[in-house]
Amino acid sequence: MLGLTKRDTGLFILVICVTALAPFIMNPFPADSAMAQFNAGYPDLMQRFVIFGIFAIGFNILFGLTGYLSFGHAAFLGAGSYAAVWMFKLLSYNILPAIVLSVIVAGLFSVIIGFISLRRSGIYFSILTLAFAQMSFAMAYSVLTPLTNGETGLQVYNDDPQWLKGNGPDATHFFGLEMRSTFDLDIGAWSFAFNVGYYFCAVLMLVAFYLSMRIFRSPFGLMLRAIKTNQTRLNYTGLNSRPYTLAAFVISGMYAGLAGGLMASMDPLAGAERMQWTASGEVVLMTILGGAGTLLGPLLGAGFIKYFENIFSKINESVLHGWFGFLPDGIENGLIWVAEHFVGSGWHLTLGLLFMLIVIFLPGGLMEGATRIRNRFGGDKNKKDTEGKYAPAGE
Amino acid sequence: MDAILLQILNGLDKGSAYALIALGLTLIFGTLGVVNFAHGALFMIGAFCAVTLQKILTISSISIDPEKKDFLGNPMEVKTPYVESWFGEATGQLIINWSVPLAILFAIPVMLAVGYIMERGLIKHFYKRPHADQILVTFGLAIVIQEIVKHYYGANPIPTPAPDALRGSFDFGVLLGFDPNAVIYPLWRLVYFAFSALVIGAVFAFLQFTTFGMVVRAGMADRETVGLLGINIDRRFTLTFGIAAAVAGLAGVMYTPINSPNYHMGMDFLVLSFVVVVVGGMGSLPGAVLAGFLLGILESFAAMNEVKSFFDAIYLPSIDQIIIYLVAIIVLLARPRGLMGRKGVMEE
Repeated sequence: MLGLTKRDTGLFILVICVTALAPFIMNPFPADSAMAQFNAGYPDLMQRFVIFGIFAIGFNILFGLTGYLSFGHAAFLGAGSYAAVWMFKLLSYNILPAIVLSVIVAGLFSVIIGFISLRRSGIYFSILTLAFAQMSFAMAYSVLTPLTNGETGLQVYNDDPQWLKGNGPDATHFFGLEMRSTFDLDIGAWSFAFNVGYYFCAVLMLVAFYLSMRIFRSPFGLMLRAIKTNQTRLNYTGLNSRPYTLAAFVISGMYAGLAGGLMASMDPLAGAERMQWTASGEVVLMTILGGAGTLLGPLLGAGFIKYFENIFSKINESVLHGWFGFLPDGIENGLIWVAEHFVGSGWHLTLGLLFMLIVIFLPGGLMEGATRIRNRFGGDKNKKDTEGKYAPAGE
Repeated sequence: MDAILLQILNGLDKGSAYALIALGLTLIFGTLGVVNFAHGALFMIGAFCAVTLQKILTISSISIDPEKKDFLGNPMEVKTPYVESWFGEATGQLIINWSVPLAILFAIPVMLAVGYIMERGLIKHFYKRPHADQILVTFGLAIVIQEIVKHYYGANPIPTPAPDALRGSFDFGVLLGFDPNAVIYPLWRLVYFAFSALVIGAVFAFLQFTTFGMVVRAGMADRETVGLLGINIDRRFTLTFGIAAAVAGLAGVMYTPINSPNYHMGMDFLVLSFVVVVVGGMGSLPGAVLAGFLLGILESFAAMNEVKSFFDAIYLPSIDQIIIYLVAIIVLLARPRGLMGRKGVMEE
C-alpha cells in the first residue's frame, strides 16, 4: 500500500490507529480516581506528543541515518515558531500560511547552516551546529529583537495588522476550525477529550512519519546509511557524499520547522528559549531513547519523555506520602527522601540519569531493548532486525 | 591607548577562565581521546567547593545574649562561628574572610577524587565507543551533576565574596606611566589572571619537566607504543584526567568572587570552552591557552562602544554577543585544524 512493503504497511496502520485512538488510550483511568494523575489524555500534552514526535522523526533522518550528531536542531524549531507567529501577526490566525512559512524558513535556515557545518564531520560538526544554535539563540535575544521581541518573546497583539483576518476567529484556526475547540465525551466515570489541534498535528505527524518511512526505504536512505557506515569508502568509490548529507540536514531542519510552526499554532507564542542548546539536547535524547535509526523509535522516545516529564513533574511530597503511607515511618521517610530527588523539579535529574543509562547499556534505545526481549523469548521466529535497521532497503 | 589596555585587561579574566577550562578539555581529549561535555560541570563543582567551604567555616553555635534585644524586645540570638570560638575572634574572622583562596586547598583533593571516580567509573568504558556516544554520555552526566547541585544549593546564585584585602580596585595605569585613575581595575580580576597564569605554567612545567609528564606526552603521541614499552599508560591517563578536573575546579573556585556561582554556570562556560578548544586546535595545549585568551580579549573588544557603533553602522549590531561564534566558524572553515592544531588530529 502506498509504496510500502507489507510489514511497513502494518506498522503504519498500527501508528495510525494508535494516534487516532490516543484520547482513549491515554486516558485509561476514570477521571476522579486516584490513578487519574497518570492520565495523559488532555489536549495540551497530546499535542506535545505528536509535535515532538515530528521533531524527533526529522532529527532521526539526520542522526539515525547519516550518524551526523547535530546539537543545534532547536534553532530550526525556534525559527519555525517565529515565522509562524509572524504570519499570525501579519495575516490572520489561519495556521495554514503559518505552517507553510515556518517550514520554508526553517528549510532556508538549515540550508545555510548545513552548507557550512557539513564541511566538517564528527565532533567538529557537532560543535559547529552547537555554535550556530547558540549564536542564533544569542541573536534572538539581542540583534534580532525587532524580529523576535527579545526576552519577552513574540506574541500577537491587538494592534497587529492581521490583514486577512476580517471576521475570523480570535484564536488559531484552520479555515474556521479552532485549534482549541475540544469535544468532551463522558462514558461512565471516564472522560475523553477530542481536540481539534491534536488531530491536526496528528495528521501532519502521520504524513511526516510516512515520508520518513519512504526515505528510509529509498535508495537515498540507503545512501545515507552508507555514509554512516563508512564515509571514506564511499568517497573512494567516487561519490561526493555532501549533497546527500546536506539534503538529509535540510529535510530534518524542515521537520523541525514544521514542529516549531505547529507549536506556535497551538499556542501563538515564540520565545528564544526554544532555541537553547539544552532544547537541542532534548531531541537528541528522544531519538536515542527510542532508538536512533529505527522508524518507530523517535516517536516512542518523544512520547516516553513527554509523558514522564509531565507525570514526574506533578508528583510531590504529599503524593509520595500517599503511596508509601502503608510502610513503617522510618522506611517511608527514607524512601520519600530518596524519591523526592527524582520527582517534581528533580525530573531533569531523572532525565539525565536515564540518558546515561540508555547510552551506556542500551545504545539502540527502547527498540533495541524490545528486540533483545523478543529474541530471548521468541526464539528464531524473529530473525529480522527491528525496523530494518540492518535490513536492505527494499526487502 | 588606555581604553585599549583596559579592554585587554577586561578580556584577560574571562579569557583566563576559558583558557583553564579549555586546557583541561584538551588534556582529556589529547590523552584519552574523549570529548568531555561534563567539563563545564567540573568547573561548576569547583565553584561550589568554594561555596561549601564558606558554609562549613560559617557553621555557628547559637547562644542567646540576654543583654541585647532585637526590635521585638526578645533576647537576641548571637551566632558565633565555631572557627571564631576555636581560634579567637580575629583569626577566625580572617579565616572566614579568606575562604575563597582557602578553598583552593579544599578543592584540589576533591576535584582529583571527582576526576578519578569519573574516569574509572564512566569514561573508561567509552574509549572504544564512537565520539557521539562519548558526547551523549558526558552530556547526560553534566545534566545529572547540575541537577544534584541545584537540589542541594538551590537555583539562586550564592555570593562568595573575595577577601577584603583583595576586594578593592587597583590603579594599573600608573605602573605603565598613564595618568592616575586612567586604568583602574578590580584587584581580584588581576589575582585571577595571575593565578590562572600560575596554574597554566604549572601544568606545562609538569608535562615538560617531570618523568610522569614525559610519559603522558609520549602517550598522547602514540599510546600503543608507550604501552608496549611496559608502561601502564592507563593509570597515568587516569591521573591526567584528575589533573584536568582539578584545573577546571580551580578555575571555578577562583571565579566565584567575579560571578556568584549558580548551578548552570558550567553549561554557560562549556559551549564557549568547546569553541575555544576547536579554535585553538583539538589536542593542542598551547593552542587552547592561546585561543582562550584571544577569544576572551576579542569578546571584550567587541563590547567596546566604539567597536559596537562601527558594527552597528554596517548592520551588525550587538556584535559582542556573537563575535566568538563568528570567529569560530570562520576559523573552522578556513583552517579546520585550528590555530595550533597538529596535522592529522581530528581534522576531518
